[in-house]
Amino acid sequence: MADIQNLRSAAETRLSSLFESARQSFASEEKISREEAFKFFEATGLPSRRVEAFKYTDLRAAIEDAAHPAKKPSLDVAKAAVSAATAFAGIEAVRLTFVNGHLIGELSDLDRVPAGVTVTPLNEAMSQGDPLLKQLAPVAQTRENPIYQLNTAFLADGALISVDAGATVETPIHLRFVGTGETAFSTATRVLVTLGEGAEFSFLESHEGQDGVAYQPNDVVDTVIADRANLHHTRLNREGDKAVALSTITARLGAGSNIESVNLVFGGVLSRHQIYLHFAGENATATVNGAAMLGHGRLADSTLLADHAAVGGVSREMFKTVIDGDSTGVFQGKIIVRQAAQKTDGKMKSDCLLLTDDGQMMNKPELEIFADDVACGHGATCGAPDEDLLFYLMARGLPKPIAESLLVQAFVGEAIESVTHEGARDALIGEVEGWLKTRG
Amino acid sequence: MLEIKNLVVQIEDNRILNGLNLTVNDGEVAAIMGPNGSGKSTLSYVIAGKEDYEVLDGEILLDGNNVLEMSPDERAAAGLFLAFQYPLEIPGVGTMTFLKACINAQRRARGEGEISTPDFIRKVNAAADKLEIEKDMLKRALNVGFSGGEKKRMEILQMALLEPKFCVLDETDSGLDIDALRIVSEGVNALRAQGRSFLVITHYQRLLDHIVPDTVHVMSKGLIVKTGGKELALELEKSGYADYRSEAA
Repeated sequence: MADIQNLRSAAETRLSSLFESARQSFASEEKISREEAFKFFEATGLPSRRVEAFKYTDLRAAIEDAAHPAKKPSLDVAKAAVSAATAFAGIEAVRLTFVNGHLIGELSDLDRVPAGVTVTPLNEAMSQGDPLLKQLAPVAQTRENPIYQLNTAFLADGALISVDAGATVETPIHLRFVGTGETAFSTATRVLVTLGEGAEFSFLESHEGQDGVAYQPNDVVDTVIADRANLHHTRLNREGDKAVALSTITARLGAGSNIESVNLVFGGVLSRHQIYLHFAGENATATVNGAAMLGHGRLADSTLLADHAAVGGVSREMFKTVIDGDSTGVFQGKIIVRQAAQKTDGKMKSDCLLLTDDGQMMNKPELEIFADDVACGHGATCGAPDEDLLFYLMARGLPKPIAESLLVQAFVGEAIESVTHEGARDALIGEVEGWLKTRG
Repeated sequence: MLEIKNLVVQIEDNRILNGLNLTVNDGEVAAIMGPNGSGKSTLSYVIAGKEDYEVLDGEILLDGNNVLEMSPDERAAAGLFLAFQYPLEIPGVGTMTFLKACINAQRRARGEGEISTPDFIRKVNAAADKLEIEKDMLKRALNVGFSGGEKKRMEILQMALLEPKFCVLDETDSGLDIDALRIVSEGVNALRAQGRSFLVITHYQRLLDHIVPDTVHVMSKGLIVKTGGKELALELEKSGYADYRSEAA
């Protein structure tokens, strides 16, 4: 019998040749397992809808051709791109600016890093074999994920942010990602955030890019949160309308630690945001919320894995999707409770508001529970704005578009409310209002 | 002020109003009483413009303009106000945000400028004090977690702030205890003025002890079957609706 082999797509063939030519530039000291990562990727290829985890987000179909990794832009090009970037601009923060996936030192506040925090550019860390690199990829399941492994294989730049034990850092760090260019390009960045015991730290992430260019960002943030430390993360996706935007955040949670992560998505013709939580220590808590506001045939996928491996973990996940026109929302959430993780309390919810009849929402919640004393639940809803509420608001003089906007704002607001940093919360609310205005 | 002529309304092939006629003059407080299922709430919703009802015939004229041709928000801007029997809870919408949006939407529709924030806060505080509404309630999402009485007071607060010409009170007394009934009635009475009329819909005479009407109409099977002065309400309290059920049949 002849061997059956999957035909490789043009994009997969191209990725292999791109990796081949990139190979020469890898430093031997860098401690990044690129070869292993690419080997995994080559074996799986770009996931299609036949792969369960990508059933609703077919990357093989979406990525017809793999774009060339972006080179570091000139300072002038970077400056021009950054001057057009407005996300989180009003917030007082220490900024790390990445243009086309490369850290631009001249446009970053590397000399203003708050006390208790150390920032090392990833390239510097890799060439020196920084011991912190050992902490990359803190959640085991990412090894099975082609997006994550592709990032590892092509990793070009990033930063290591390390917060001292006991430090309470008031000023947030803003990771500002800006994409610019006339033709397609790809990026692969990695930021590692480590918090020492009892530390408290906030960081913001914004992703902006040009419309009309089919660029392919693949960004990963790894976080390692030591016992009793507290991490706040706010993310904004305002990628360009042709971008295929892949992103992952991982968190390894120590005992009594906490993470709060909120992601607001507008952009990309396709976006997939992956969240991997590993509850390593007892009594850790996580609040992970997401909101997506989609129009013009976009697809936004939020895929979450919460792995409870220790006693008393609490996870709360709330995802809100607003769908206008023929757009598609995807939510896949999986809670695993291992046998040792008694008293786990996990709740996951995905709500969708359909503003027209053309859109669709795919919800796939999964619970895998091996412990016997846990409270876990999930729920999903989908529907049009409530006619009775609309009538009530209109009967008070609000024209229908305003009444509807108010209801949409309230719907999305629930997911944003949990953002602790006031400036970031207000900025997200402003972004929501902005989207509603452009909708007319 | 408000003139309803030969109003015929159905919902899902059920005829609810059968050629109803009613006139409420400027400054008048008219009460509508009637048994369950006589079409009272339908009338209030049709006046306010709820979509579910099909108007087959007739007119509703506010100062000579047919409101049936207007959307609910246009009717509100023209001066119509419906105090809901069951005010809706709107999670995520702050009460103050909502109140300000409503006032400004109506001002814009009338070609007026937006209200200044200090003026707005002053007005809300003054109206809230009169209705014994605690400031804490104003900070919460609209009607969320409010008691029945609090919701009704919030309706009257909105009425006071929006200064409508014609107010429809749909069973505002339902779910109110004696104290809340007094507070709400005083709120309504304070708004009685030339240039503003009321249509008070109720099952019971009790509300009309507090909000004393100029006229009382009895409604049955989608028609006004009797009209009289405030004494008609007292009569009904004694005799019940039995006579009118047969009269309309």
